[in-house]
Amino acid sequence: MVRTSTVHERRLQISIAAVFVLIFAVFFIGNIETFTRFDIYYSFMSTIPFSGIMAIAMTYIVIAGEIDLSFPSILGLSAWVFSKVVEKTTNIWLATVCCLVTGIVAGSFNGFLVVKVGIPSLVATIGTQFFFRGLVNVLGQGLGITLVPVKDTFLFTLFVGRIKGLVPMQAVWMVVFAVIFGIILKRHKFGNHLLFVGDNRESAQMMGIRVNRVRVLVFVIMGVVSAFAGILSSLEVTYFWPTLGEGQLLRTLAAVFVGGTSVFGGMGTIFGSFIGALIIGSLEAGIIAIGLTGFWTQLIYGLIIVVSLSIYTILMKRT
Amino acid sequence: MHENTPLVKMVNICKSFGEVEVLKNVNFEVNYNEIVGLVGDNGAGKSTLIKILTGVHRPDSGEIYFKGQKITIHSVEKSRELGIETVYQERALGEQQTLWRNVFMGREIRNKLGFMKIEELKKETEKILREHMGFTSKAITTDSIVKSLSGGEKQGIAIGRALYFDADLIILDEPTMGLSLSETRKVLEFVENIKKRGKSAIFISHNIYYVYPVADRFVILDRGRVAGNILKKDVTQDELIEKMVHLARTGKFE
Repeated sequence: MVRTSTVHERRLQISIAAVFVLIFAVFFIGNIETFTRFDIYYSFMSTIPFSGIMAIAMTYIVIAGEIDLSFPSILGLSAWVFSKVVEKTTNIWLATVCCLVTGIVAGSFNGFLVVKVGIPSLVATIGTQFFFRGLVNVLGQGLGITLVPVKDTFLFTLFVGRIKGLVPMQAVWMVVFAVIFGIILKRHKFGNHLLFVGDNRESAQMMGIRVNRVRVLVFVIMGVVSAFAGILSSLEVTYFWPTLGEGQLLRTLAAVFVGGTSVFGGMGTIFGSFIGALIIGSLEAGIIAIGLTGFWTQLIYGLIIVVSLSIYTILMKRT
Repeated sequence: MHENTPLVKMVNICKSFGEVEVLKNVNFEVNYNEIVGLVGDNGAGKSTLIKILTGVHRPDSGEIYFKGQKITIHSVEKSRELGIETVYQERALGEQQTLWRNVFMGREIRNKLGFMKIEELKKETEKILREHMGFTSKAITTDSIVKSLSGGEKQGIAIGRALYFDADLIILDEPTMGLSLSETRKVLEFVENIKKRGKSAIFISHNIYYVYPVADRFVILDRGRVAGNILKKDVTQDELIEKMVHLARTGKFE
């Protein structure tokens, strides 16, 4: 395989990995007992993938020079569709298809607003974020739905089962997503087009890249991936809550930016977002484990984000 | 075969934007293997003429012939398909991307599944850098980021890319604007490369000093009309400048 990353990128990736190692070193020193046991990793593997998978898809959006703030609501809406179909038919296959289609439709709607109507994505997705969540509230009337009827199905095991009781399937999914998204970004023409659309939209257009198609596609991908995360996170607790997905917004975005993806578009890595998701996802438990109270979490989140972003910015300026 | 037919021939081109007549019956030709300096003050109509040729604007009236065939150019894609490539200073490249990605932007060599043949792309880029464009600096590799290149080098990459994809006519829109003297010299060398490789170019500039050394012929636009059309062998640089000054003062070229 030919190398595709640049000196630039490698330096960035090394510093992201360094931040990660440093944080875990602190965890180890702070509470060696907890961090040498498997339990905490098991808990990381069951909780991180929901926002981790979405951070992977969000990387494409940010690289394309866009932003999507509506994905937690897309997650909620498609998970509602999923649960409703399960409730009516107990057919998890049908429910999965309906759910993913909902994600595609919602993502296309975002793409339509941004590309065809021309609303900047930041504003457009603030609007749709309310709209999609509003749909969940109106349609679901604030009621939860149990997913117990599909607990013994093959798909349930495939989505959130445990391999030999040790590895949660959602962790496997996160790795699968990372590998596929990473390879497409680096080696597929779509990934190449994505980089140019985010980097210099005008020249991309001039060189024959179908800029608008790429821009719509990243929103569609975000939509369908959020829907999938909706399936995983509702099945994990075998229950649909109307608030499902709330609270994922900032930690997902934080994962992408802590992962070194440029907010200006045109540059970013899946590796970075993957590590970023691990960092953001492990902080809370880690902070508690080393003996600080829950009150510390936000402060340390903020510290890590600010420090790592400063490191990357300084690194980038030097070249 | 093309002794007498020009590569591009634009006949009686008129274009107005609202009330403003930007081009008035302009005739313009580029021959095979010829570098044409298109000069004139700001607002003379240079860029409108070029935008008609590259499909950005449509003329109100007039005809365009390419290799002897009458054509209508209604999109930028169409003009690129014909073999007309524009090198804009700022809009040509993705700054944060590597050279090999930039050279093959939108035209990646790929397999059936759409995956790029990266090894091949890098090899071809290396060829363009060293053989076609004569980059010698070891600091510039196929993996270099465009941002790390100088202004002149960036133009070189864009010109090399156009040549590689067999553009017959390369349009250079103020390629030396904002560049230092040594960088300008580099760009002029790249332009000479176009000539050496048997292709044609239109070099747009309002500065005679930069166009004169590389152009074979000069077309002077003034307030939407062709004020002059003169071969380099018939005029010295100083005479040309004198004529331009005269034109600006009196509205007459001769």
